[in-house]
Amino acid sequence: MTAEAEGRVYTVGGQDWDEVVAAADEAGDRPGTERLVVNMGPQHPSTHGVLRLILTLDGETVTELRPVIGYLHTGIEKNMEFRTWTQGVTFCTRMDYLAPIFNETAYCLAVERLLGIEQDVSPRANVLRVLMMELNRISSHLTAIGTFGLELGATTVFLYGMREREKVLDLFELMTGLRMNHGYIRPGGVSQDLPPGALERLREFLGVMPPLLGELRALLDANPLYIGRTRNIAYLDLAGCVELGVTGPILRATGLPWDLRKSQPYCGYESYEFGVPTEDSSDAYGRYLVRMAEMDESLKIIEQCVDRLASKRSPDDPVMVADRKIGWPARLAVGADGLGNSPAHIAHIMGQSMEALIHHFKLVTEGFSVPPGQVYAAVESPRGELGCHAVSDGGTRPYRAHFRDPSFTHLQALPAMAEGGMVADVIVAVASIDPVLGGVDR
Amino acid sequence: MTSQQLPGPGGEQGGEQLPDRAVQAGEERLAEPVARTGMFGALDTGDTSGYGGLRVRRVPVPSTPRPYGSYFDDVADLLADGLQRQGKAFDEAVERVIVERGELTLHVKRDYLISVAGVLRDEPSLAFEMCLGVSGVHYPWETGRELHAVYPLLSITHNRRVRLEVSVPDADPRIPSLVSVYPTCDWHEREAWDFFGIVFDGHPALTRIEMPDDWKGHPQRKDYPLGGIPVEYRGAQVPPPEERRHYE
Repeated sequence: MTAEAEGRVYTVGGQDWDEVVAAADEAGDRPGTERLVVNMGPQHPSTHGVLRLILTLDGETVTELRPVIGYLHTGIEKNMEFRTWTQGVTFCTRMDYLAPIFNETAYCLAVERLLGIEQDVSPRANVLRVLMMELNRISSHLTAIGTFGLELGATTVFLYGMREREKVLDLFELMTGLRMNHGYIRPGGVSQDLPPGALERLREFLGVMPPLLGELRALLDANPLYIGRTRNIAYLDLAGCVELGVTGPILRATGLPWDLRKSQPYCGYESYEFGVPTEDSSDAYGRYLVRMAEMDESLKIIEQCVDRLASKRSPDDPVMVADRKIGWPARLAVGADGLGNSPAHIAHIMGQSMEALIHHFKLVTEGFSVPPGQVYAAVESPRGELGCHAVSDGGTRPYRAHFRDPSFTHLQALPAMAEGGMVADVIVAVASIDPVLGGVDR
Repeated sequence: MTSQQLPGPGGEQGGEQLPDRAVQAGEERLAEPVARTGMFGALDTGDTSGYGGLRVRRVPVPSTPRPYGSYFDDVADLLADGLQRQGKAFDEAVERVIVERGELTLHVKRDYLISVAGVLRDEPSLAFEMCLGVSGVHYPWETGRELHAVYPLLSITHNRRVRLEVSVPDADPRIPSLVSVYPTCDWHEREAWDFFGIVFDGHPALTRIEMPDDWKGHPQRKDYPLGGIPVEYRGAQVPPPEERRHYE
């Protein structure tokens, strides 16, 4: 672009606004209006990753906002087409890195529907899936609220949120071996059963969490600064949400109790008792309240999961489908050097049964075939409807796997929320959407 | 089971229909392109299994006959009524109806996409208020309909789902934009253009969304390799993985 078309460019480095204004006055660039085009991002602490916003400002008012994405595009969907169906979990878990369990579940539900084994997933595997999803919902909401506080200048909220999230991550580490990107939910079930001592740790967690969430609420719920920054800010009503495809806490903050866990249950959610919190303010504060209340409901679900897991010993109830042509053949065990293949399984395939070895080898290297067709499976992630459109051509790899990530869809609604408002409220709008750029760009 | 219980070709149940259906299905199968030959991928005489002449054809896409089951008949009838009122015929707008794995797919001709989506959204008894995006799929072997765009729709009012699918030839990849009916399709259509090269006519600003503006090609098409690209730094370049030196 030529200099004439672009106009004069001022580089703003912070705390030099007076100098910039003086320079603009001198050059005659301010004929009565203060229209400015400001580039926010892609590296900005308040943009939840590499999100770039192009703001047109008239004074402090945002007249136009254009989000620019793509800075974190990793080609996960394309890569999945070159790996087996089981390996796909390893890729898709990395999309929305704050809600990895939901990515895995949406994908696995799609694969299971393609295979026609939805009903064969064992009850214990379903309970474990629900347990992990609800733990993940809490950790994701804690990050959302913590960073929300940080972006408004409340560092304590951020520290509290991260401290509480750490407790969930510790549980994840105990149960899956990893704190993020677990690869725990697999087509046909989950990778492994609960390790010894997990139920006690879960009960301990259920005991300490309610007061800790109360501390967060005490910091924010009635905080006049927080309310001043969030109430009636980033307003988006029901009609706007539906038109722009917005789901999750943003939709529930408009008063519509739409939650896929209730309306189109999966993984046995219909058998749990929990509520769908709503608010009718349609603003950033309402979304915060919905998220806080959802964590309480998640704790209720986790408690019911723990009771169910405790009531039955694991050997009676496998965590992977019985069909050996689908279930991953490895049996995991904790060895001297950490988690790995069980020595008994290795002894069996290496020393006793040629067929078992062939089977193991074929399933691990080639994978299982999935009948041709297409499905769309959706779960209620912490951010909204996370859908997986999976297409099979009958082979051992996904022909196409597309993810309808809620963050991607919701960022579209940012101009509707922030245009006409103050520039400082853009930050509030972004934070109330809670986008994760890994999921936006995939 | 005794032979009397088996509905054979000369049996009572569907005795007249069955051979025709079987012949038709066989013909449909034989008309499909070959997906794979041989059993083990060996092209020379190395394959002594006797499977060398095997030809595996692609599975034909079936058209589901009525009744579709569940709420799907309702949706099809109401859609037909709605189109009728606009002076359009259901059979003309919808090429094929597929009910599979408990999901309904309507293959819509591109010229009718906006009217079909409009009826699905506005008819109170249908009320598919929400579109959950656009997913492109590339089927290079389907001559004349290589590129597909898949729109999952959701009705919050009736708690129902339906899927629209539009297929266009690679040589003329144009689909009318649904932004006027579902504003949420804005970014999703840009994504389908970016990754598959489907042109959405009437889109307010159809530009690339994930790839850089000056990118060549549409990466998620099947003819686009999963190759490495050079890693660019300011003033330096690292070649793609397959071209880097390696040690043996």
